[in-house]
Amino acid sequence: MNESVHNRRKLVSKIMTTVTAACAIFAVSILLIILAYITIRGAASINWEFITSVPKPALDGGGGIGNAILGSAIMTVLASLIGLPIGIGAGVYLAEFGDNWFGSLVRFVSDTLIGVPSIIVGIFIYTLLVLPMGGASGFAGSVALSIIMIPIVARTTEEMIRLVPKSMREGALALGAPQWRVTWNIVMPAALSGIATGAILAIARISGETAPLLFTALNSRFFNYYIDEPMSSLTVQIYNFATGPFPNEQQMAWAASLILVGLILIINILVRILTRKKF
Amino acid sequence: MASKIKVTDLDFYYGDFKALHDITLDIPEREVMAFIGPSGCGKSTFLRTFNRMNDTIPIARVDGNILIDGKDINSPKTDVVALRRKVGMVFQKSNPFPKSIFENVAYGIRINRMHSSKSDLEDKVEKALRDAALWEEVQDRLNTSALGLSGGQQQRLCIARALAVQPEVILMDEPASALDPIATQKIEELVVELKKDYTIVIVTHNMQQAGRVSDKTAFFMLGKLIEVNPTDKMFTNPDEKLTEDYITGRFG
Amino acid sequence: MERIIDQKLDALRDKLLLLGGTTEKAVHRAMRSLTERDSDLARQVIEDDKIVNRMELEIDQMSIGILALQQPAAYDLRFVISVAKITPVLERIADHAANIAEAAIVLNNEPEVRNYVDFPKMAEIAGEMLQAALDAFTAEDADLSRQVIKRDKEIDRIYDKVFAELIEMMIENPEVTTGAAHLLFVAKHLERIGDYIKDICELNVYLTEAVFIKHRKSLRNS
Repeated sequence: MNESVHNRRKLVSKIMTTVTAACAIFAVSILLIILAYITIRGAASINWEFITSVPKPALDGGGGIGNAILGSAIMTVLASLIGLPIGIGAGVYLAEFGDNWFGSLVRFVSDTLIGVPSIIVGIFIYTLLVLPMGGASGFAGSVALSIIMIPIVARTTEEMIRLVPKSMREGALALGAPQWRVTWNIVMPAALSGIATGAILAIARISGETAPLLFTALNSRFFNYYIDEPMSSLTVQIYNFATGPFPNEQQMAWAASLILVGLILIINILVRILTRKKF
Repeated sequence: MASKIKVTDLDFYYGDFKALHDITLDIPEREVMAFIGPSGCGKSTFLRTFNRMNDTIPIARVDGNILIDGKDINSPKTDVVALRRKVGMVFQKSNPFPKSIFENVAYGIRINRMHSSKSDLEDKVEKALRDAALWEEVQDRLNTSALGLSGGQQQRLCIARALAVQPEVILMDEPASALDPIATQKIEELVVELKKDYTIVIVTHNMQQAGRVSDKTAFFMLGKLIEVNPTDKMFTNPDEKLTEDYITGRFG
Repeated sequence: MERIIDQKLDALRDKLLLLGGTTEKAVHRAMRSLTERDSDLARQVIEDDKIVNRMELEIDQMSIGILALQQPAAYDLRFVISVAKITPVLERIADHAANIAEAAIVLNNEPEVRNYVDFPKMAEIAGEMLQAALDAFTAEDADLSRQVIKRDKEIDRIYDKVFAELIEMMIENPEVTTGAAHLLFVAKHLERIGDYIKDICELNVYLTEAVFIKHRKSLRNS
């Protein structure tokens, strides 16, 4: 090979490596900077009272976000209870039986729904549930979150199930297993960790959503266990604190943000541990 | 030797494409028959008609007769589940389920409800593993993942899994094509051992393998059965020029 | 496209034909050393047998190499097997030629026994048969091979005649016993050569038709 060509290639290769590495470092550092900034600004205000008590009027000082944590937890769990089974079920349908016009339609609608701004989902539920029910509720918030969740879960589930090798299905079919058994106890377990990853992504996504909750769950200054009443959530609480005029509330917004990020991190780690490949 | 599988005037279509042309073939009981031929000649497709694995392909269509033990397997009355229990299959790529070694073998027994108790299930799993010459290697780790086994062991596990439902015919689609020579030899020895109790049909690209394990060989080309003969005759003096050209590597 | 094995098979064929030619020459010269009482030529024949032995080993190695590395099948397999089985037969024919040459050296020192008449005939037939056998191998001509096999009977017939004549001669003229005894060996060698050529022709038939015609009669009767 020509020496100069060789040298030029080496140089180009070096430059490309450096450029892509720089991009990677940039991406990671943005994340680290955000995390660090939130930690620095928020960590100081976090204490037991902050986590367990309800907000007090801004001028009184003190208070906490206990009700918001609880509300977020209730609504996320409820949204998952609605969204995960429907999403996973739809994904299974798409992967196993969806090679027809209906499957294509469902796929198209899902992809569109994933792209729809979440505030529109909020308005939709507002019209569909909040107005008929005569007021905002934790339930309406959960439904809004679950609607955001379903298409994400459906599409990732479909992708994950499609990744299960055909040979594995054939192995089970060749033993005389009917189709539903193949799907249920061969394909699903094989795709489980992938499906779970999709579910985590969806849960993480909805725990950070503010817009769909603004009109649906609204907010509440009290601990509220009833899903037919307005319910506080971390994200809406952060929004309210942050947009208010009081420095102490703005400080609480930082702390609440840190807790939100921390919780999402914990969800991620927990599910990863739970779905660690056994086989 | 009584024939186990009797194929008469079989045509097979993928949509408009005719993949198999007018095949008539008898497969004798408790013998090994090898299918050889160039890629795309239809030998795998043909093999998969015996347990109706082609049913999973919507555009596939079969014409003609396949009798197993005298029964038409394509008749509407045929129970595909029962057929597949009787006609087991081992695939080209070993495909253990992502479960434990024990559960892999137990799977077919469980779905066909062939066990009377837990200890009966354990006995049946052990027997299948012994018959597949794998028991000695895995008896201490039955509850570990099947995916932790070597390629050759995985393939023998798949054979054990097929044996566990007590089939009468075993179809093997290039069972050793992804294995090293020693693992291949083990599979081949197993095939020869198994023919005492089973009728075996094996698709292979490896002609030495066909020579080593089979009693009869059928040569396919472009969806047609060109020649079927005792294997030693096929490899020393085939009747057809096409067969000769294929086994001596004269095809470009 | 030419297959890799084709080059090897061609080389093997060439080597076998070379061995065949050398053997043919050995038989021819051995007989000439006898009829022309040429002991130098006889010694040459004996010396040349080493070449034949070396060729046999070379062909063996080539055949084994092809079997081990090329995994021949069908015609290719029959070809290698035939060559591998014809080679030692040719080598034995050459051995017999060398034995005839040894007998010639002894006979050339004895007074001439005037009964050479049938030997050239036997040798001529053997020579023709050997040539025809090698031609049939090259041309893969099973019919020619079968004709050659039939000619073996001619040699056997002459052998029986020569045998009887030589015995008679020994009784009538005891002084030629040594010479006649050696001639008896020569006759036996030629008769054996005929048998070996028959073996070659049987392998020719195997090569082209994949049937063993050898021992057919005896096995059918048993």
